[in-house]
Amino acid sequence: MPIYEAIVLALGMIRAQKLKSFFSLVGAFIGVMFLIAVVSIVKGMDKYVQEDFAAKIFGINTFTVTRRPGVQFGNVTDAMRRAWRRRPRLYDEDFQAVRDALPPEDLVAIESENQVEGQAGTKSSQYIQVSGVSEDLFRIRDYRVAEGRLFSPEEISHGQPVVVIGKDVADSLFTGVDPIGKTIRLAGFPFTVVGVIEKQGTVFGISLDRFAIAPYTSEIKKVVNPHKVVDGIIVKAPTPALMQDAMDRVEGIMRSRHHLRPEQDDDFHLDTQEDVLSFWAKISSVLYTALPLLVGVSLVVGGIVIMNIMLMAVAERTREIGIRKSLGARRRDILAQFLVEAATLSTTGALAGIAAGLLLARIVKAVSPLPMGVSPLSIVIGIGLGVGVGVIAGVYPASRAARLDPVAALRFE
Amino acid sequence: MSEAVIRTVALTRDYPMGGEVVRALRGVDLEIPQNEFVAIMGPSGSGKSTLMNLIGCLDTPTSGQYWLAGTEVSRMTDDELAGVRNRQIGFVFQTFNLLPRASSLHNVELPLIYAGLKARDRRAKAERALAAVGLADRMEHRPAELSGGQRQRVAIARALVTEPSIILADEPTGNLDSTTSEEIMRVFEELHRTRGQTIVMVTHEADIARHAKRVVTLHDGRISSDQLKAA
Repeated sequence: MPIYEAIVLALGMIRAQKLKSFFSLVGAFIGVMFLIAVVSIVKGMDKYVQEDFAAKIFGINTFTVTRRPGVQFGNVTDAMRRAWRRRPRLYDEDFQAVRDALPPEDLVAIESENQVEGQAGTKSSQYIQVSGVSEDLFRIRDYRVAEGRLFSPEEISHGQPVVVIGKDVADSLFTGVDPIGKTIRLAGFPFTVVGVIEKQGTVFGISLDRFAIAPYTSEIKKVVNPHKVVDGIIVKAPTPALMQDAMDRVEGIMRSRHHLRPEQDDDFHLDTQEDVLSFWAKISSVLYTALPLLVGVSLVVGGIVIMNIMLMAVAERTREIGIRKSLGARRRDILAQFLVEAATLSTTGALAGIAAGLLLARIVKAVSPLPMGVSPLSIVIGIGLGVGVGVIAGVYPASRAARLDPVAALRFE
Repeated sequence: MSEAVIRTVALTRDYPMGGEVVRALRGVDLEIPQNEFVAIMGPSGSGKSTLMNLIGCLDTPTSGQYWLAGTEVSRMTDDELAGVRNRQIGFVFQTFNLLPRASSLHNVELPLIYAGLKARDRRAKAERALAAVGLADRMEHRPAELSGGQRQRVAIARALVTEPSIILADEPTGNLDSTTSEEIMRVFEELHRTRGQTIVMVTHEADIARHAKRVVTLHDGRISSDQLKAA
């Protein structure tokens, strides 16, 4: 019997026995739904972390010299924490030394941060990310003004109390008012707003626009750090190769400034987006290891259900098998009929699972900032698993049907 | 002289049954020429169903030989027998044995599917066979929507559709009232008269056997009488 006829027959069977078919579909359905949903979400996370998150937080070809790693993963022991705390801090002078050690096409900037309360007139806002920065930071972060202007190198060298604020800060403290030229108090210190930066969006649902940036030489230094201490020195190179070169130079200069002997480890850290990416790679590899187990269990259960349903179907349809044999169906015709029926059942379940998995990923996308990455391969695998589970689960019932003796089958009541 | 469609030599069939062996057929020599209308009669347990299954290639003999349309089929494998059933034999059963979920048309098409015909050819042939038994207006009906007589006509159409060498009817009127039985017997008679169709019919009713041109009677697994009626 041609495969097409067998599939039409099987679909007719599914229509005729909706409830029973539903139960036999559930296993394949759930397994494939998990597969598609998890892969779509993890892929979405992947894309997000690589294209959005890492780039937004760190920037491309950018690294930061810090006292200790910003992203910590793996087993961080108390001893390591204590060692990090003993490390020397970074100072304004380190910034100058790094700047001097690097070619002029590399951008170098200070960034020291804290979270403080901001006030303007009668309004106030908690948790504003305030930074004291040097001028290259705007180019490193690719910050552009929506209104007003950035502050100038002169304003930095004179420590002027000027500030550039993010869109959220402008909206919450200066609702309906032009913020340019107005005064904002950050942890009590007054600053004049000179510019508002274009909207940056969100990462993981957290706004990137709740910030205020002032010259590191201004009063902000009293808010962010002890005297002359800086949180990080950010370096951006034009290309990945030059970034590696810059990292080597910075490591050299920092080691010599900290008087490290060759056998001693670095007592500072170079944070790159690789740190975030490798952190994420660890999480996603755990997810991808757990996934086949999850999918496998539901498919095995689904396969057993299908096998049982098919054994029942063979018993119930013994007479039909007898009729078909009397009309000239060979063993392989009967075998194919029941195999196709089992495979059609589980594939229908798998297709429904793909639809449900995509829907699930869509829901996650809608309620969270995560994008959705549909993997065509996972869909192909999903369908393949559907067909495979059906065929494997159908082999035993179908071969029993194929071996039935026509005389006995025809006499079956 | 017409060639024998069915020829059996010393056909036997034993069934093991709980340690004992039931000898259902004890050596049957039977020859049925083309275009004959034969009734096989006998009391229950005489072996007529067993003979029917062997002639219909649903079963294989314990010993003896069986030639169907010139080919020895008594030593064939299951799948070879399936092919022979498909091409040479049209079954009509007492209980109709139609697929309940399928339309008349699909039921009649079924043997053609296994013969490997294309959908269009199948449909044309099935329509013609249904028209031949007077069911041109019942093609899309399911068995449950048909009367007993109509169901048996669908079964006859299904037996005819492959243009088999023989039609094997096993108590074809056993589930029908006498009026409908007569009607079905007229269908068989007409097939025999107009197409020269070879028909072998198993029955225990003398009324039904009377329609046949020859009556073979079985008793205890052997042929006890073989009467040819004058035309």
